[in-house]
Amino acid sequence: MHASITGIRTPFLAFAPADQARSAPLLSPINQRRLKVFNANRRGVWSLWIFLVLFILTMFAEFIANDRPLVVSYKGELLFPVVVTYPESKFGGFLAETVYRDPFIADEINSNGWMAWPPIRYSYGTVDESLSGAAPSKPSWLQTAEERCSGYPAGVADPSCTIGNFHWLGTDDQGRDVLARLIYGFRISVLFGLVLTILSSIIGIGAGALQGYLGGWVDLIAQRAIEVWTSVPSLYLLLIISSIIAPSFWVLLGILLLFSWTALVGIVRAEFLRARNFEYVAAARALGVSNFKIMIGHLLPNAMVATLTFMPFILAGSVTTLTALDFLGFGLPVGSPSLGELLSQGKDNLSAWWLGITGFFTVSLILTLLVFIGEGVRDAFDPRKTFAGAR
Amino acid sequence: MSAPLLQVENLSVEFATEHGQVPAVRGASFDIAPGQTVALVGESGSGKSVTALSVLRLLPYPAASHPTGRILFNGQDLLHIDDRAIRGVRGNAISMIFQEPMSSLNPLHTVERQVSEALVLHRGMRRAAARARTIELLSEVGIPDPVSRLDDFPHQLSGGQRQRVMIAMALANEPQLLIADEPTTALDVTIQAQILELLMMLQKKRGMAILFITHDLQIVRRMAEITHVMTEGKIVESGPTETVFANPQHAYTRKLLAAEPKGEPPATSEAEPIVAAEKLRVWFPIKRGFLRRTVGHIKAVDDVDISIRRGETLGVVGESGSGKTTLGRALLRLIGSEGRIVYLGRDIERLSWGAMRPLRKDLQIVFQDPFGSLSPRMSIAEIIAEGLAVHAPQLTPAERDARVVRALGEVGLDPDARFRYPHEFSGGQRQRIAIARAMVLEPKFVVLDEPTSALDMSVQAQVVDLLRELQRRHGLTYLFISHDLRVVRALANQLIVMRNGKVVEHGPAAQIFADPQSDYTRALMAAAFAVEAVPEVAQ
Repeated sequence: MHASITGIRTPFLAFAPADQARSAPLLSPINQRRLKVFNANRRGVWSLWIFLVLFILTMFAEFIANDRPLVVSYKGELLFPVVVTYPESKFGGFLAETVYRDPFIADEINSNGWMAWPPIRYSYGTVDESLSGAAPSKPSWLQTAEERCSGYPAGVADPSCTIGNFHWLGTDDQGRDVLARLIYGFRISVLFGLVLTILSSIIGIGAGALQGYLGGWVDLIAQRAIEVWTSVPSLYLLLIISSIIAPSFWVLLGILLLFSWTALVGIVRAEFLRARNFEYVAAARALGVSNFKIMIGHLLPNAMVATLTFMPFILAGSVTTLTALDFLGFGLPVGSPSLGELLSQGKDNLSAWWLGITGFFTVSLILTLLVFIGEGVRDAFDPRKTFAGAR
Repeated sequence: MSAPLLQVENLSVEFATEHGQVPAVRGASFDIAPGQTVALVGESGSGKSVTALSVLRLLPYPAASHPTGRILFNGQDLLHIDDRAIRGVRGNAISMIFQEPMSSLNPLHTVERQVSEALVLHRGMRRAAARARTIELLSEVGIPDPVSRLDDFPHQLSGGQRQRVMIAMALANEPQLLIADEPTTALDVTIQAQILELLMMLQKKRGMAILFITHDLQIVRRMAEITHVMTEGKIVESGPTETVFANPQHAYTRKLLAAEPKGEPPATSEAEPIVAAEKLRVWFPIKRGFLRRTVGHIKAVDDVDISIRRGETLGVVGESGSGKTTLGRALLRLIGSEGRIVYLGRDIERLSWGAMRPLRKDLQIVFQDPFGSLSPRMSIAEIIAEGLAVHAPQLTPAERDARVVRALGEVGLDPDARFRYPHEFSGGQRQRIAIARAMVLEPKFVVLDEPTSALDMSVQAQVVDLLRELQRRHGLTYLFISHDLRVVRALANQLIVMRNGKVVEHGPAAQIFADPQSDYTRALMAAAFAVEAVPEVAQ
């Protein structure tokens, strides 16, 4: 049954079979089995691949959607505006930063050399001054050439009315390109989620580990404190705090972290409580191994199973929280690309259907991918998962 | 011989696993006549339990399957009748008792409800009638004052009483066949003897047949008329019990019969004591009420004095709850205790955890459960070298590896085993690894906490031989904790018998085995060596 599947499937990670006789295998057999189970869940594998591709692509958002060219050749000199900020005086202007989309600068560069644009010639904050009508405007490929180019001085004949200046997903109500904002928004959402997940996992695992290992009064008091803390209505508190402090990426992260670290404490604590009575822990104590080493070497691996299983779901939760705050207008600073802000624009401009649909589709895609990955991971860590029966 | 009650013909069982179909039973055939006791004997993994469970179709289907075979009971093929029909047989004409009485009883149901369930289900009895019958059954299985026990929950009963309730449940519908799957393995030896006595008495009275599944040859010899020896899913030898025991034909049967732990402990000279304890006490407080005041103590170890001479083995014998494991852990300062503990003339009972650390190299312990005592995430090399990292941090990786290889060699394992993981080894091999982990530190004193009781009989004997060999070679001193007197006899020079935290009897092992002084010791011996119940010893 499995031979046939293995034949047509590319495993997510191929590991070289180690020399069995002389050296230890690269992965412990438990992890090999987990990898095998994860690989067998094709939905999870596909989701992980898609997610990774999207994540890595959006990491290079500046090279995909930007209002600066990638490379400029000007008077025999090669310039890299995408990474270096050049003053406009270099091209005969007067601004501190060159606006490459300005027709004057573009003409100047094109007559003295050439420039290579990224596929999308807008950044998340770029306002398109040459829109055909009032913003928000439709996706360009739904417009006729006349409509599309009516904003440019020379109409259809204008050299700027090219495919590079297409708004593939239209613009929002301030004339900014939706696709560019989406790419940057995806990146910031996922990064925010990842940082929040990792930080809250570190705090949660630390707190849970101490409570579980020490037990007794420490455990009792910390558990009650966490119960009180989690019963604080966090959303209202977030709204109040973010209306006092100007919310930046890190401030927002800090506020959310205040409440999200409790998610893992219970599981990790339970695992430590359970595992500290295992005989191999008693054996390590009898060998004189220190408490810290026992916690790291013997107990933490047990807790990591529960933690890793939960992580994709926590990540999905973090993304959702950020989106919700942005939607309500209490999230990232005004002007930041964000999925929540896109959704709220979709709500405000019901006639501009491309806003709502794009936002909805993107958020659903992220959450679906994360949940599928999470399911795959959960199955992989499930010791009772058998290969028997049809899947 | 009368017509057989149960005929198992060419039965085979397979399980679907990640490695494909794995056979568990291959073509087993046997008969049981009415009123006969038939034993299936074998070590773990031999397929004896799977065979028994197949009779009532209690295997995890569809992962399990029967490629061939018939099980005829009163002319019905139990393997192929429909689910309704097999439910009519289960607990009615054929009933079953299991190994672990705590997990086989529902912890949330009272004794009355558990026993009367079968009556109500199969007989359609009304509550009052079922209650009367329940009381009758409970007194039949020897539960004192059954009326007052009706409303008790399983946790309020002792292990032996729980097994008696299980038997009462099984007998409720007067079965023609009782399948007993290791019914006494989880019980103490004295209780075990009582339960076996009860089963024989009930069988004689009711004339029912018993299919007895066990690994314990002593029990087979005492209980069964016909014995079938199973290994690797096949019945390799069958016949009347006396014949099988007196004149075993198959090599495996001979190996099983020869597997009893044998030999004598090495003789010792009058050396100085290496470890001693005076008035050692481990009391666990019982706290009650809102203010959690201490209202009493559970005296796990109560004023125990011991002294172990260098190169000797002190056997600690007792039933579960006697405090023998607690004593071993307290001596190594793994749990808190009161009283003096002396190691090589030095008082160690007040040393801090850090001050104890250098001594841990000399004082080691091997645990009972070879599956629980090895971390599943570490390779064998990592497990064995863990203590070296603490006590010999100056070793280079190559030197450390050499020590690991030597330790594996000492316990009779291939050095290449160090790259593998615990789950790839059998129970006996794992116990060898656990011993290697203790031995790599070159300890002087080792606490052996029931190191053989989770192992099959033939493996037990090998581990006992290994321990004795290591002791002889390195002049080790052992504290050997066990409930199994047969193993203790093969290892111990000195013996203490514990009961309820106190030492009942102590002295040279040979002397105690030859002439036990206390009633309790005598009862233990009778149960262990003859599987005979002695009238309840006064608590």
